Amino acid sequence: MSTAVTHAPAGKPGKRSAPIKGRFTPWFFAAPGLLLLLVFLVLPFVLALVLSFTDQRLVTNEELGTDFVALRNYVRLFEDDSFWAALRNNFYFVAVVTPLQSALALVLALLVNQKLAGARIFRTIYFMPVATTMAVVAVIWSLLYAPDQGVINRFVGLITFGMVGPHDWLREPGLVMPAVMLLSIWQGVGFQMLVFLAGLQSIPLDLYEAAKLDGATVKQQFLYITLPMLKNTTIFVLITTTIYAFQLYTQAQIIASSGASAPIDSFRTMVMLMVHEGFRNGKIGYASGISVVFFVIVLAFSMLQRVLLKEERAVQ
Amino acid sequence: MTTTKSQPSQARRERFARLGQYALHTVLVIFFLFPLLFLFVSALKGDELQLLKDMGSLNAFVPYGDISLKNFSHVISGSNFKTAFFNSLLTVSLTVILGVLINSMLAYALARFKFKGRDFLLSVIVALIIIPFEAIAVPLLLLVNELPWVNGEIGWLDSYHVQIIPFIAHAFSIYLFYQFFIALPKDLEEAALMDGANRLRIYWSIVMPLSKPVIATVAVLQFLSRWGDLLWPVMAVRGDTFATLPLAMQSFFGQYPRHWGDVMAFAAMATLPTLMIFVIFQRWFVRSAVSSGIKG
Repeated sequence: MSTAVTHAPAGKPGKRSAPIKGRFTPWFFAAPGLLLLLVFLVLPFVLALVLSFTDQRLVTNEELGTDFVALRNYVRLFEDDSFWAALRNNFYFVAVVTPLQSALALVLALLVNQKLAGARIFRTIYFMPVATTMAVVAVIWSLLYAPDQGVINRFVGLITFGMVGPHDWLREPGLVMPAVMLLSIWQGVGFQMLVFLAGLQSIPLDLYEAAKLDGATVKQQFLYITLPMLKNTTIFVLITTTIYAFQLYTQAQIIASSGASAPIDSFRTMVMLMVHEGFRNGKIGYASGISVVFFVIVLAFSMLQRVLLKEERAVQ
Repeated sequence: MTTTKSQPSQARRERFARLGQYALHTVLVIFFLFPLLFLFVSALKGDELQLLKDMGSLNAFVPYGDISLKNFSHVISGSNFKTAFFNSLLTVSLTVILGVLINSMLAYALARFKFKGRDFLLSVIVALIIIPFEAIAVPLLLLVNELPWVNGEIGWLDSYHVQIIPFIAHAFSIYLFYQFFIALPKDLEEAALMDGANRLRIYWSIVMPLSKPVIATVAVLQFLSRWGDLLWPVMAVRGDTFATLPLAMQSFFGQYPRHWGDVMAFAAMATLPTLMIFVIFQRWFVRSAVSSGIKG
């Protein structure tokens, strides 16, 4: 757009140039960002919707071309066992990781929020996995999960007095998801801890002072002040963790590429299936269908969050 | 307040509570540190057989025996680590720098100008935050495959720019900048405007220097997510030439016969920059997490 206009009135703005400048400068500032958003976010998003109704392939075949196939991709999707497996894996992951990770994050936040010597160091340590690259995390844990004499096997054997294991965590279909869950919680929980910590620190201290004067116990203070005051933070943490959990890809992909993992359908996620179909098999139309289903799920949770938080605001 | 009689018992109870907290912290510290300790100790063990044997005992966490940087030099000379490290550094830093610039400019336009369509743009950008990259990755792949580049070639796949340009504009970063700018007092800017400074000058010499906290927040969030991204390189990058660290890590990890000492050295070096940046800029990480919480 008219970038030249802003350069033109160098020096003092004359009375005449002022309105012109006023009209074009916002676009000078906004244009690069808007253009990039349009091309690399809005356009692909619209494309995902459109392509999901076609048989578009990554490498277009000149003779066959691309055809409108109506709902065929979606019909196939819902007949595809791999798709249902991926959906199930995603929901399984979300159902376990979201509550566990959020609860652990709250516990960690409460602990590091205490006036205790070294609280800052503990906070630093609990956050360190978040600063560790996920691909690296998956590699470390792959070795920790090693069959027979692996660290995790030894530990599980120790605490169960040898009743459980040894297991081949990443190769047994029933164990690979729990294994991915554990490493994901380990890596991610520090972030939610900080969000909860911010929530805790925004609670006015005089609420606690008043409660103490009224003789409230620590437990009562927690139940009747801390928890209700953390309601919005908790909703936020639960929903964002759910959305992150649906995006599960890197750690599962690294395990899949290790060459020695469980049958793919026992831990493949929606995003992984999308990449396999769209990129490896070149079925862009079909993969776009998966993208749309994925987006609708994420959208539903985002809407739920907005509704829940808005209601809360309306009440206050 | 309290009676003299109950004071000692209360003090004792507090001491117990503190002891309990330290006990809990100890367990948690072990839980959060053992994989990292395991990573660095294993990377230093030059003897592969010893490394594997040690895994069955606490020796897995003790640096002893053949301790050297042998694995590290193996990785540096015998893999594409150096190239991947350079590629990561280049693509991530360019994405972050250009992102800070372009997203803040757009946010500045929204926060400081009244123009037709402003409110509409703002609500569209807020709505765009919801779209996760995963939902657009496949059509984006098709799109960049058809885009022309400056040298006249068609298709961006397997290049640096395919890993930079699509990630510069970022709706959530724009929103963070916008939030910060509207809370910034306008007095200084208005005074500068009266003195004849143009908007670009004001943005660059007044607004941006005042915005260091939000710049750091945006930079940290973008850095972490770009440095760790595997999804896009898996699709958009083919060979070793333009592979970034997560992709290189994946292929190195998938190679047989696998030498775990080397894999751990690769992993340790791949994540060292993020861990170091975290230790140095810890304050900003805390802030980033907090401001991400404002999102709702």
